[in-house]
Amino acid sequence: MLGPALRSSFPVAPPAAQFPSDCFPATMRVGRSFSPPAPPASAREAPPLVRCGSRACLWLRPRARLGAGPRGLWGQPHRGWATSLLWTSIPPSVKRGREQSFRAVPPDINKQYVGLVTLPDQVHQKSVKKGLDFTLMVAGESGLGKSTLVHSLFLTDLYKDRKLLSAEEHISQTTEILKHTVDIEEKGVKLKLTIVDTPGFGDAVNNSECWKPITDYVDQQFEQYFRDESGLNRKNIQDNRVHCCLYFISPFGHGLRPVDVGFMKALHEKVNIVPLIAKADCLVPSEIRKLKERIREEIDKFGIHVYQFPECDSDEDEDFKQQDRELKESAPFAVIGSNTVVEAKGQRVRGRLYPWGIVEVENQAHCDFVKLRNMLIRTHMHDLKDVTCDVHYENYRAHCIQQMTSKLTQDSRMESPIPILPLPTPDAETEKLIRMKDEELRRMQEMLQKMKQQMQDQ
Amino acid sequence: MDPLRQSPSPCSSRPSSPKTPPCEMLGYVGIEAVLDQLKIKAMKMGFEFNIMVVGQSGLGKSTMLNTLFKSKVWKCTLPGLAMPTPQTLQLKSVTHVIEEKGVKLKLTVTDTPGFGDQINNDKCWNPILGYINEQYERYLQEEILITRQRHIPDTRVHCCVYFVPPTGHCLRPLDIEFLQRLCRTVNVVPVIARADSLTLEEREAFRRRIQHNLRTHCIEVYPQKCFDEDINDRILNSKIRDRIPFAVVGADRQHLVNGRCVLGRKTKWGIIEVENMEHCEFPLLRDLLIRSHLQDLKDITHNVHYENYRVCRLNESHVLPHGPCWVNLAPTPPGPSVAPGPSKACRQAREDSDDNEDDY
Repeated sequence: MLGPALRSSFPVAPPAAQFPSDCFPATMRVGRSFSPPAPPASAREAPPLVRCGSRACLWLRPRARLGAGPRGLWGQPHRGWATSLLWTSIPPSVKRGREQSFRAVPPDINKQYVGLVTLPDQVHQKSVKKGLDFTLMVAGESGLGKSTLVHSLFLTDLYKDRKLLSAEEHISQTTEILKHTVDIEEKGVKLKLTIVDTPGFGDAVNNSECWKPITDYVDQQFEQYFRDESGLNRKNIQDNRVHCCLYFISPFGHGLRPVDVGFMKALHEKVNIVPLIAKADCLVPSEIRKLKERIREEIDKFGIHVYQFPECDSDEDEDFKQQDRELKESAPFAVIGSNTVVEAKGQRVRGRLYPWGIVEVENQAHCDFVKLRNMLIRTHMHDLKDVTCDVHYENYRAHCIQQMTSKLTQDSRMESPIPILPLPTPDAETEKLIRMKDEELRRMQEMLQKMKQQMQDQ
Repeated sequence: MDPLRQSPSPCSSRPSSPKTPPCEMLGYVGIEAVLDQLKIKAMKMGFEFNIMVVGQSGLGKSTMLNTLFKSKVWKCTLPGLAMPTPQTLQLKSVTHVIEEKGVKLKLTVTDTPGFGDQINNDKCWNPILGYINEQYERYLQEEILITRQRHIPDTRVHCCVYFVPPTGHCLRPLDIEFLQRLCRTVNVVPVIARADSLTLEEREAFRRRIQHNLRTHCIEVYPQKCFDEDINDRILNSKIRDRIPFAVVGADRQHLVNGRCVLGRKTKWGIIEVENMEHCEFPLLRDLLIRSHLQDLKDITHNVHYENYRVCRLNESHVLPHGPCWVNLAPTPPGPSVAPGPSKACRQAREDSDDNEDDY
């Protein structure tokens, strides 16, 4: 697997400029720039960067390198200094107890800059304190490996004591919605993960509208959030909106089936849909390629809007752009999940043991699991949340408000549960004016008609 | 990432029951990368900060702003230059984009020339309160639109730096009246201006007296005690609260001291170094405003002061008689009609002289 290239490191400081005493530009570079001091020889060999597929991880260095640095004036660790040189991100709770190597810091470094570099850190600290949250929905027929995949993704088993239903019980089943919440903590960062499962989807004999409970659930969450947001007490709003839906497509078909199309069309404007090809270990690479192409064509044909990865900036380095391109080309991801560990080549890997070989889940040559995990968690989690908040939720909200206002204008006794902007009242005078103008126009049109007729008669 | 690397701290979730086969957690999930995504997004979007400086003329407000942001944010008025004092209090805002090491900050500075300069300074705080409430109103209107912008431009005042003249005695009645009204609507940071006219002992005595005055009149300046979230915050903030108000000196000229170039004021008896903690407390102010509490200032403005304003406005609109079709937000009454408190006690000043304090 290719490791990502080193992003060109911290900006090289231009030669120190004099304090601008007579300039008044609209955009100003602040103060004097300084070049970071040459670190002592022992510290010069940088520890290896954490290599992972995500560009964000490129900049992480192991914690032990964080120097004690100058303390802030209140005794708090002055992270602005550290970040300007090392660009690490450590929640303060983790730093305690770790060995910290002391780095010599020039005494007047404080005076030469404003300290805006600390701003991202402040945001970071606040987010760590608040904790992160993410809601993921998994949908697809039973037996496609949804729970196993969730287990592999988040390394947590949500379905320990699950009883699989027998065939008779399946017949009368409707789609249910099951919510599991798990708190995951890793290196001091807390994530409240909610998995919304949809057992029974597509399992009955008659599957018409089997996605209705799911759309109702998604709408319900939007409505709940809308009410909370418009209410008076907005202190602790619970965000239960579904941020992403992993839809499992069966590998045994020839592309999308009607129930797949129906589901995706019902939900594509409400939730970010990420289609996956499940149980990809039953297909050979050429078959996977053909299936992916077929699915992509059908998605275009039916006009389904799946989640689109955002474009990367033009100033990103080539390797990142290459990775981004590969990501976009591998959609829909062909995934394999496993919650067993097997021995392969003398190492323990997560995989599936067959008589003809071992399928390694985290091997990029075997399946796209790593790509999915990187995309979902390490690079695009925040973007998924943003798109849910900014696009899907706003559409729902606008639609809801318009419905409410039209209902209110019809029924004058109803009270609005939320504050809405007043509709423009056409007052009596303007109405009269409009009517007068209309009549004038009509008269003029009649005159024109008469003149035309006269000309024709002549 | 090396898929076979053992995670140093495995994901903690519910422990596996003894019945299911134990599954070792190989590798790690990578949640902290989400924080980096947040950071990258914040860097791309840039930061916004709105600061207001209030104080009588000649106390060094503009110089202080220039020193804080190390740029010519505001044109200083030199002493001795004949500038006509404005007849009424006018508020002037200037916006700059400051960039440092890739971090962009859109800084809006609001100055209040004419504050406290008149003969009769009664109600001179009304234009300021009106301005602050106007910004809240603007944000509220943007927020309740049907199709609202992705990122609502934030013009709300995040911090108000109040300059106390260095009389050395105690807070003046004007100061007390102003602070009482403003601390309920916005984060106020009082500073002792032009502290180079006070010796260290005089500064300490003046500071203690000011703190005593603030306590007696129940004025809660930033950082407010009631918003400390956890024990670390409380420890840090009590240290800050102990030193408020900071005794600051502003300067934008550089001088040579011991071979170093420092910002300072050169007098016949020595050079006052602005960034030297032994000379004045400017570094504390700068650290508070920019390096450690900028995000906190914005958060408290958004979560507390703005919410109080919003609750008051929503309640107001229900109080008014219903129109024929709907309940809408009433048009903003003129002047500073709402002055909610940090303890969410909502008062509506119907008349200007309605200042009967209820208990907080």
